[in-house]
Order: sequence, then C-alpha cells, then structure tokens
Amino acid sequence: MAEKSYSLGIDIGSTTAKLVLIDGDKPLYKKYMRHFSRVRQTTLTMLREMENEHPGCMVRVAISGSAGMGAAEAAGLAFVQEVYATGEAVRRMEPDTGVVIELGGEDAKVIFYEGGADARMNGTCAGGTGAFIDQMAALLDMTVDEMDARSLKATRIYPIASRCGVFAKTDIQPLVNQGAKKEDIAASIFQAVVNQTVAGLMQGREIRGKVMFLGGPLYYCHGLKKRFCETLGLEGRTAVFPEYGLYAVAIGAAMCTAEEKAIPLSKVIEKIEKSAETESAGFDRLDPLFASEAEYEAFCARHAKASVPHTDFSSYSGKAYLGLDCGSTTTKLVLIAEDKSILYTYYGPSKGNPIRLVREQLLKIRTLCGDRIQICGSAVTGYGEDLIRHAFHVDTGIVETLAHHAAAKHFQPDVDFILDIGGQDIKCFRLRNGAIDGIMLNEACSSGCGSFIETFANSLGFTAAEFARKGLLASSPVNLGSRCTVFMNSSVKQAQKDGAGVSDISAGLSVSVVKNAIYKVIRANSPKELGKHIVVQGGTFHNDAVLRAFEKEIGADVIRPEIAGLMGAYGAALYAGRHEKSTLLSREELEGFAHTSTSSVCKGCANHCHLTINRFSDGKTFISGNHCQKGKGKTDREDLPNVFADKRELLEELTPAEGRRGKIGIPMALSMFELAPLWHGLFTSLGFSVHFSSFSTRRTYEKGQFTIPSDTVCYPAKLMHGHVLELIEKGIRTVFYPGLTYNVDEKAGDNHYNCPVVAYYSELLHGNMEALGNIQFLYPYLSLDSSSALCETLYPTLHNLDASITKGEVRRAVKCGFAAYDSYRKKVKESGEAALDFARKNNKRILILAGRPYHIDPEICHGIDSLCGELGFVVVSEDSVCHLAPKQKVGVLDQWTFHARLYRAARYAAEHDDTSLVQLVSFGCGVDAITTDEVGAILENAGKYYTQIKIDEITNLGAVRIRLRSLIGALEECENAR
Amino acid sequence: MHDKSFVPFTKEMKKDYTILVPNMLPMHFRLMVSVFKTYGYKMELLDDTGADVAEVGLEYTHNDTCYPAILVVGQFIKALRSGKYNPDKTALIMSQTGGGCRASNYISLIRKALKKAGFGHVPVISFSITGLEDHPGFRMSLKKLHGLMYAVLYGDLMMHLVGRVRPYEIEPGSATQLAEKWTRRLGRELGAEGKICYKHVKENYKAIVEEFAAIPMQTRNTVQVGVVGEIFVKYSPLANNNLEDFLVSEGAEVTVPGLLDFCLYCVYNSLVEYRVYKRKKLAYPFVKWAYKKICQRREDLSRAVTENSMLSGFMNFEKVPVLTEGIISTAVKMGEGWLLTAEMLELCEEGCTNIVCTQPFGCLPNHICGKGMMKPIKARYPHVNIVAIDYDAGASRVNQENRIKLMLANARKEKAERTAKKTAPETMCPVVY
Repeated sequence: MAEKSYSLGIDIGSTTAKLVLIDGDKPLYKKYMRHFSRVRQTTLTMLREMENEHPGCMVRVAISGSAGMGAAEAAGLAFVQEVYATGEAVRRMEPDTGVVIELGGEDAKVIFYEGGADARMNGTCAGGTGAFIDQMAALLDMTVDEMDARSLKATRIYPIASRCGVFAKTDIQPLVNQGAKKEDIAASIFQAVVNQTVAGLMQGREIRGKVMFLGGPLYYCHGLKKRFCETLGLEGRTAVFPEYGLYAVAIGAAMCTAEEKAIPLSKVIEKIEKSAETESAGFDRLDPLFASEAEYEAFCARHAKASVPHTDFSSYSGKAYLGLDCGSTTTKLVLIAEDKSILYTYYGPSKGNPIRLVREQLLKIRTLCGDRIQICGSAVTGYGEDLIRHAFHVDTGIVETLAHHAAAKHFQPDVDFILDIGGQDIKCFRLRNGAIDGIMLNEACSSGCGSFIETFANSLGFTAAEFARKGLLASSPVNLGSRCTVFMNSSVKQAQKDGAGVSDISAGLSVSVVKNAIYKVIRANSPKELGKHIVVQGGTFHNDAVLRAFEKEIGADVIRPEIAGLMGAYGAALYAGRHEKSTLLSREELEGFAHTSTSSVCKGCANHCHLTINRFSDGKTFISGNHCQKGKGKTDREDLPNVFADKRELLEELTPAEGRRGKIGIPMALSMFELAPLWHGLFTSLGFSVHFSSFSTRRTYEKGQFTIPSDTVCYPAKLMHGHVLELIEKGIRTVFYPGLTYNVDEKAGDNHYNCPVVAYYSELLHGNMEALGNIQFLYPYLSLDSSSALCETLYPTLHNLDASITKGEVRRAVKCGFAAYDSYRKKVKESGEAALDFARKNNKRILILAGRPYHIDPEICHGIDSLCGELGFVVVSEDSVCHLAPKQKVGVLDQWTFHARLYRAARYAAEHDDTSLVQLVSFGCGVDAITTDEVGAILENAGKYYTQIKIDEITNLGAVRIRLRSLIGALEECENAR
Repeated sequence: MHDKSFVPFTKEMKKDYTILVPNMLPMHFRLMVSVFKTYGYKMELLDDTGADVAEVGLEYTHNDTCYPAILVVGQFIKALRSGKYNPDKTALIMSQTGGGCRASNYISLIRKALKKAGFGHVPVISFSITGLEDHPGFRMSLKKLHGLMYAVLYGDLMMHLVGRVRPYEIEPGSATQLAEKWTRRLGRELGAEGKICYKHVKENYKAIVEEFAAIPMQTRNTVQVGVVGEIFVKYSPLANNNLEDFLVSEGAEVTVPGLLDFCLYCVYNSLVEYRVYKRKKLAYPFVKWAYKKICQRREDLSRAVTENSMLSGFMNFEKVPVLTEGIISTAVKMGEGWLLTAEMLELCEEGCTNIVCTQPFGCLPNHICGKGMMKPIKARYPHVNIVAIDYDAGASRVNQENRIKLMLANARKEKAERTAKKTAPETMCPVVY
C-alpha cells in the first residue's frame, strides 16, 4: 500500500463514546464524550473534530462497545466485541496482566488471562456499575466526584446489598434517613460495587498476577480503586490503573483492524452519516400517549378538577393539624385546618438529611402560626417515621399504607383501589367495605421506579419534568418491556442502539413503569380487576406521561388528586385530627434544637449490628440499625413464644459427642435444618463425633462467596459455601452432605421431592470448591423412604470410609437416626401447639411465618421472627402447625415435601380467625413462583390476607416492618368493623 | 390428585376435537403430529412467534415462572382467542415428565391460565410416557411410542444434517429446503402407513444423507459451536431469539444435540432409580432392554451418516453417561439433569469446545448442571469456551448477542492459534467440498 494509513478505534458504550487514532502502537489522537443516547450524532461530532486535526488521512476502522454493534452494522463498518478488544489492548500493552477488571457505564467485566482467556460479564440480573454509582450519587445529592472525595475519609463500612442498584438503594436510604455519615455511606457504596464484582464475576477464581483496572468509574473514582485494592489484597505493584484506562477498548478495536481496508476518514464519516439518515425502526413501538394537542388539553382539564380546598394561612385562626411524610427520597409536610382544608404544604427532596429539613419547615410553620393557630395534633409516616417522631416529639407514628388510605378515602369516599407510586416503592391497596382488603407492595426487585425515571432523566441531561414533557407528545414510544428497572436499563440501551430519540424513550419508560405496577406488583389480569373508583397518587403520578400511560393501559379514567404527591402527609394530618393537644416541639425548642449522630457496634449478640446513635439537644437519644431490641437497651419487653427460636435451640443442642471413629463435619445449611437430628443421631451411634457449622452470619456468606458459580441462585444456597469452609477451617477432614432427590415422605402430597437446589447442591460444591479436594467429601445419594432403604443406600459409603463398620451397625445407627429425627419433629410440633395455646389463653395474635426449614437461619430471615414478636405476634413456623390441617388439594402438582407443609399451614390459617400467615420467599426461588399463588389462593378464598415477604442478602427490615404493620392495621380495622 | 377443574380428554372428544401443539422443534413435531394422525387425532402445530406471545403469557402466569411456561401459555391463549379454532372443540397438549423440577407443573400452570382467561373447559392433555394423568381419549401405547421414536430419529437426522451443511451451502436455503421436502415426504409415510418397516427406514436414512451430501458447498472459515441447555429454550427459536440463525449468520457451524438424547436420558433415569434407590424393580429388565434397543437405533442412524457421506455422525449414546464420571452423578435427574453436563462433555470430546449453554432465567436445575459444572468441565478441557445465556421476557437481545459474540471472537482466536500451530484436531476442520 502506497499511502500511509492509521488505525481508528471507536468504542461506543452505554453512556459514553471513545475514539482513538493510532499509528502502529503509537496513539495520535483520542477523545472521550458522553453521548446522552445520541449515539450517531455524537460519533459524527467526534469524527469531524478529529478530521480537523488530521484532514484527509487514510484509516482502517473498527467499532466496538455495547451500543456500537448497531452503529457498525448500519454503517457497514467492522465490529469488534468489546471484551475481545480489551484483550487485544492488554495483550500488547501489558502482557504480564493476569486479570482485567473493567467497569463501564452499565457493564462489568472480569477477564482472566491465565490458561486461556476467560471473560465474565455481568448477567441479565446484575445492574450496571457506572450507572449505579451515578444513581447512588444522585441519591446522596452529590456529584460523583464529591462522593468519591468524601468516600476517602470514611471510617467504617456499612453492609449494602451488592446484587443491583435497586437492592442497594433499599439499604442506603435508611442509612441516610438514620443520619449515618455520608463519608461512610459513600465508601460503603463503592464497597458494594466491589462485592458485586467479586461475587458475581470472579466466582471463585483466584487472582494471580497483575490486576489491571479499566473503564470510566475505575479511572475517575479513587475511592473505588481503594476499595478494590483493599478487598483483593493488592499492593501498588500488582494493581495497575493505566493512563489509557478509558480508552482500552477503543485502542483494542484499533488494533484489530489489520485486515480492514484503509479508507479515507471522510468516507467513514459519510458512511455513518448515511446510516443516521436511514435509521432502522427495529425496536417495538407503541401508540403515542396523546394523539393530538387537543387530547392533551382535555386530559389536563379533566384532572384539574381533582383539587382540594385551601384556606389562607395568613388569615386563618384556630386549630390545625400537622402531617409529615418522610419518604425515601422526598419529605412532605401538610398543615390542615379544622375543616380539613389545606393551610400549608411542602414537598421537597430529603437530600440525605431529613432532620435538618424538617426542622427548617417546622420552624417556618411555627413562625407563621404565631399565636393565631394552635397545632393540636401531629403524625408522621414514611421511612423516617421513627427518627422524626423521636427528634421532634411528634404525637403519633402511622404506617404509610394507613396514611395513604386515610387520605384517599377522605378524597373519594367510594374509592376501592389506591395505587401509589413513590420514589422507590409502589404501594397499592384494594378496599372492600371501607377497609383495606389487600395490600401489595413491590418486591425489592422492581422498586425504584419513580426515582428511576428521574435518575435516568438526569443522566440524559434533563430534569424529570422536562423529560416527562418530552414524552407526552412522542410520536412512537419505544416498548421497553415490563420488568425491573435494571432490565429496563438494558432495554434502553437497545433502544439507543436502534436510534430511538429521547422523547420516545421517555414515553416508553412511563409506559414501562405503569406496566410494572399493573403486571408485576398488582398482577392484574384485566383492568376491571382493579376496581371502579381508582385513586392514583404518589410523586411519580405528577408526571403526566405516567398518568396518561396508566389510563391508557387500564382503559379507564382515574382520579389523581391535585396533591398526589402529598397524600401520605395529608393522610397523616387527618389522622392527627384525633389529638387534642400536641407534644410537638415548640418554636423555642426548635430554635435550640441540635442533633448529632455517631455510630457504634452493638455487642448484644453475635450479630454485631452497626448502630447509629442519634443524640438530640434535649438529651434524648434514638438508636437505629439494630436487628433486635437489645441494641436499644431494652430487656424488659414481653417475651412471646417464638417457634423459630425454639427450633434454633433444638438444633443447637446437637453437640458433638466423643467419637472413637473420628470427626464428621456437616454444613448447617439447606436440608440440614430439617435433617440435622437424623444425621447427628446416626453418626453419633456409629461412634463419630458430629460437628455442625454454626448458624450463618454475613461473614459466612463473605467467606464462601468466591466459590459461588451462579449469582442468581438463592441466598440459602449461597451460604452453603461458607459453611463448608468453616468446617474445613475447624480442621475437619470429612464433610457430609448427601444428595437427596427425595425428601422424607410425609404422605401429604403427590410426591415428596426436594427442590433441585436442595437435592443436588452437593454436586455443585464438589465441582466448585477446591478446598473439598483436600479432604474427604461424602455426598452419596440416599433414600429416606425407610430405615432399610437408608441403610441400603448409605452402607457402601460408610464401609468405604471405615472398613470396620458393619451392616448391622449401620442398621442400628439408622434406627437411632430416625428416632432422633422423629423426636425432633415431635418437639417442633409440641412447640407449635404450646405457642398456639399460649396465644389463645393470653389473647395474642398468631402469625405463621411460613417458608422452608432453613428460613430459621438468622442470616436468612434477618430476624424477621423477632420483629414479628416485637409487633405483638406469637410466631409459629409452617412445620410446627401443618400437622393440624389435612392434606390439601391444590391446583398444581403438590410434589415437594416442604411445599406440601406450606399448603397445610395455609389451610390452618384459613380456618382460624386469630391466625395470620406471612410467607417468606427467598429471592430466586423458582419453586415459590408456583407455591405463592397457591398459598395466596387458600388464604384469600377464606377471606384472609395473604402477605409475602421476599428475602435475600438484604439486611434492612424497614420494608418488612411496613408490611407487618399494615397487616396489623388491616386486622385492627377488620376487628373494629366486627 | 386431580382437582375439580380437571377436564379429561374423552374418547368422544377424539372424534372431532382439534388438538393444539406448542411448536418446540419444527421438524420433529411435524413428524410426530403425522404419527398421531394415523391414530385418528387431528393435531395442529402452533407457530405463532409474534412479539406479543410473551406478553399474553405474562398476563396469565406468575412473572417469575419459567420462560417456556410463559411462552406456551401465551401461544395457547392467543390461539384460542384468534377465532381460528372453536374453543368448544379444541384441546391442548403439553408434555409432562413429572420430575422434581417445576417444569412438571407446566400443565397445572396452563390450566390455571386457561381458567383465568375464560377457557377453563378446554381439556389439556398431559403427554407423558408414564401416564401421569388419565385421558381416556388419549392413551399412550407401545405402538404409538414406536412410531414416535422414528419421528424423533428422522427429526434428529435432519437437524444434524442441516447443521452440518447449512454454513457451507452455495445456494442459501438449500439445506433447509431439502429438510422441508423430506419432512413432508416422511410425514406422509409415517402418517399413512401406520406400520413401520425398519428396512425401509434405513433406506430413507441413506437417501436423506446422500441428498444432503450432494448439496453444492463451498469452503468457509467457520467455528464449531454447540448449543445445550434447558430443552425448550435450547430448541425453540421463539424462546432463544433465533439463536441458531444468529450463530450461522456469524459464521458458526452449529451442533444441537438431538431430541432422542433427552428421551434416552429419561429412560436411563429409570435405570438409575433402580440402581440407586431400588425403585421400579419390576420394570428394570424391560427398561434396560428398551434402552439398549433405542441406543442401537440411534447408533444405526449415526452410521447412516458416516457410511454415506463425509459428514460426521454422533457419539454412541451408551458412552455419554460415562463421560460424567468424576464430574456429576447420573442420579441428578431433575430438569435436564446430568444430560446437560454430559452434552457439554460430549461436545468437548468431539472437538467442539465452543458452547452456548441456554436456560430460562432462574432455572433451578441449571444452577447445578449448567453454571455449576463449568469449572470442572474447564478443568478437564482447558480450551473449552462456554457462555451461559439466560432467556426471559425481559432479557434484552443485545445483551445476549453481545455475550455470544464474545464467545465467537474467542473461538475464532483459538482456532487461528491452533491452525497456526497446526495442532488443530481433525474434528475442528469443518467438512468442506
């Protein structure tokens, strides 16, 4: 080739575009820009700029990046997969690299180079990390740079769920509300990113050699670098943060152009220009929200009617009532007059410090009230309820659901359905005969909808309101599906790839939020199911695009009160109307009010909860972060029976005896929560000393997380890895965890299977835990059908382990095992019956906390059992009452032993007025997708409430508390009605 | 075990009902439908692939249910609503294996969905060899099974041949057209004769193989890719976003293990039930005989390929369970169980080390048998290049394709390196003319 040519690499990621021109290995030009979803225009701008500096040059070009695939295809240019491009760049520039960790806008990748490249990318479940950091910074009301700087001053790390942004947000919000230091929260957020990468992508592979960190977040965020280095135990030499960290993919793409034909740069620009003109409409499109401007105007006029009377604050005198709603992202205040008309409202972002904000507002209100207006009652609701109530001596705290109900009922007496979409939660209630009949809150995995739109708008350079306006008149909104927001991120990415404009994306997002609420949370089949008089509220419904999308989706008009965003506070104010004299801080007290927060670790038990201690100027303190009452220093609370605790005690009694034949270790996880007594009895009888691992803690999970191959498996299974390691660390050389296709046959279902994870997890442990290679891991396939079947299936393994073991011994041991198991089951049932008796004698509410045997593990249920106790319930487990109800006929194949118990427990709850049932469901449990509907049906057919709580690594009980309190509220209303 | 809403398929219904069949594998299922035709059933395959299938499915099933169930429900309800079929004269059919995987609940989920959609009176036939439910108008017999076996064998043969030839054909579409021609012809044969003469079947094998081998082909630089996974997602283009077409368009030669393998896996599991748990003792000798017999039939099929063409056949199935030794026990029998792992091992053994492992999002058995076995497989075959892809209604295609493209880029690089070192094993070279 006569003319000199260069290599051009273009990397178009989910949020940014990068461009590099190189000559051989020498970089000539580079450029980095956010593309704000205007992929092609941004690329063209960058290319034209470059053309100014390098006019008329010949280039061999390749495009890479997640949003680059479509652009390359449309323009007829070469495409290089981005991980492959990274690999090329690293191979040439830093050949001794062992591992590359690359975090992009929405992708996370880890590439291992040793023994053939092994690249891992985040799966469909894990959210993007760059976008996650952006979202979290917005939540803390900081720029990413500020958050980064603050994080470096952190003194402690809070546990934050690392699966995806939505989960993490649920953890961060209470920390913010409880007044934890922002430095610490910032560092904890980065730690969550690190944990996610380590748990989700490294999956057990050890790190050898240099680790190179690439991508935007790792280039800009020093705090993140620090967390990575500390977590992975890297020193300066082994951690590489290259200068070209942002451009590695673009450089790699440029290096992959050897086989491309050199063409003039102008030709490249021309090709992309042309493709921009003929943008394909490959993405599904929806009908526009409004067919015409006129239709929009009619819509506005209709909703303008739903207003509330106001009374002039400056001229009113008399009694007034105050409602506060300290929500997840916003704080709302409403002051009403005696006739329930509105005197004053406030709606603003919490900005991470609700206390300061509320104080300012209260001062303002107290000042405006002067002597004319007496505040006779006050009530607070929302996430910050406890803190605000303690800080400002608010008269009552009221659970959110009841506050919203009160407001909507006042507004529309015939209301039979309320849908509230707030910053990060969706709440809906069905009402029957004026009482709450069903409550649905979004599961942790689909929350974040309202704030999602806002964060998304911001990331594209708009305010939420601007973004919404753009969507209103979009001609063809993109169909982004109806899943959790993390998936929507990917869908948006695809829409961008297809060249969808901002307005169509905005409208599409509104439709998705609505579909999410209807099909994921409410799970309605048809709009008719919702009700005749629907009231929608919550800040998200201020967005006309969302409101319109909702009306279109259900095919009916709904009412959106003018104060849609203030309904919680308004409801609280109405509730406060019951009071005659308020304890709310006076103006003087507010002026002198001061607040400090410090953190400490609770030493009450092995949980070591991180406590946040809030001190107020009146000398009072408020402690949060505790899992139980111990942290609050209260020990005098009433101890109600709790079968969960009884079962744990029974299992803890299984201590090792002297063993002439040596030690056997058994991980206390999954099926062991049912069968531990059996194996303990069996092996003890054989002369083994049986050692169980302890109940799980967060540390158990962290210990084993490096060896978990599937990041979407349930949390109880993930904990198994830590248990096995704990046993090995204790010096145990023989570990037992059998394969159990079939569970014990209780003759209460169509079959008696275990779920696939419980049945076969031993195979996964064997394949993925290298530590098991150094010891003896026994995982025979056993039958529990009868003593002889167990003897038959177990004997070969035992004989292999110790040739002196005879068949007769095994037969006797199996008998001992079954005797121990039967005795355990008997005790559990007795404990259940005793609890029921106690409750009935003492007139207490009974709660069946129904799940699986392993849900009693403190780390799996996160202390929900004791929370229920605190709220006044006598707690029983499904396996302690299922024997009191007959075998159930259900609409599905009833083929799992543990699940048959659920159905029977539900029947028991259905038949007893004083008994409620809450089902615990582990995130990712595929079997429960089937059981929940059935359990719900059994209860609802009997006119009972069905409450489901999804649990995962999440450590925050705030949302659970709301659900349980709502349940209590609903039960109370029911009782009052009777 | 049946609740009140159970509607059996009666002998009366057999006369004038149309049975709708979800289409998992186009060729196989068309042949199977032909077999049923000989027994007087009127069946129709649903090939609705509209984007709204999943949406309709989601409306009527729990969102966290497996993707295949959502799609099947969507297809059924859309068909019943379309006006094309009289809902009072229509039945549905779905396979049921009755294992510990939640897939055995598809039937129940379909019934629940139908009830919600107002089609509660439409009978849903559970298609299972062991007869989990009783439908007087639809009972399996050895004779029917025998016919179905040949439908599966023919289907596997053609799927295999299309996979071998399609990437190299000069005239695009010629392999698919030939398969279409044979599907029609074999359908007529299986449908009209009732009796099946094995000698004639073998003649058909030969003719099919020769005709495929005669398709004009050209040299192309391809990489070999195997597709394994959850059975529905692995096969159904609707569920896997036309995975095979995508792979071929990216220059891959695609191997998808046959449907008979899954049937044999189910039979083998009965043997294991006896060996491990001493269950099903009486049936054991017969099942063992049947297993051998079917393995032999499959072996004949493979030989038909290798003897009549330069194309590769497939491994004797009796060797397949053996591959799992030291990696996973054959007692793992829920979902695809050990077969999934064995198929990956089989592909590696045959030199096809690039694998797409497909599963519905949150598939429980695949946590163990798919993702959970990648590390030990990699330990045995260090060059293996596996990518796990999750499919569900919300997964974005661009993410899936991006991950597959990475796998392909690594495959090409690996192949180039091997070719450069001249260490490429025979099987790594596609058969070209």
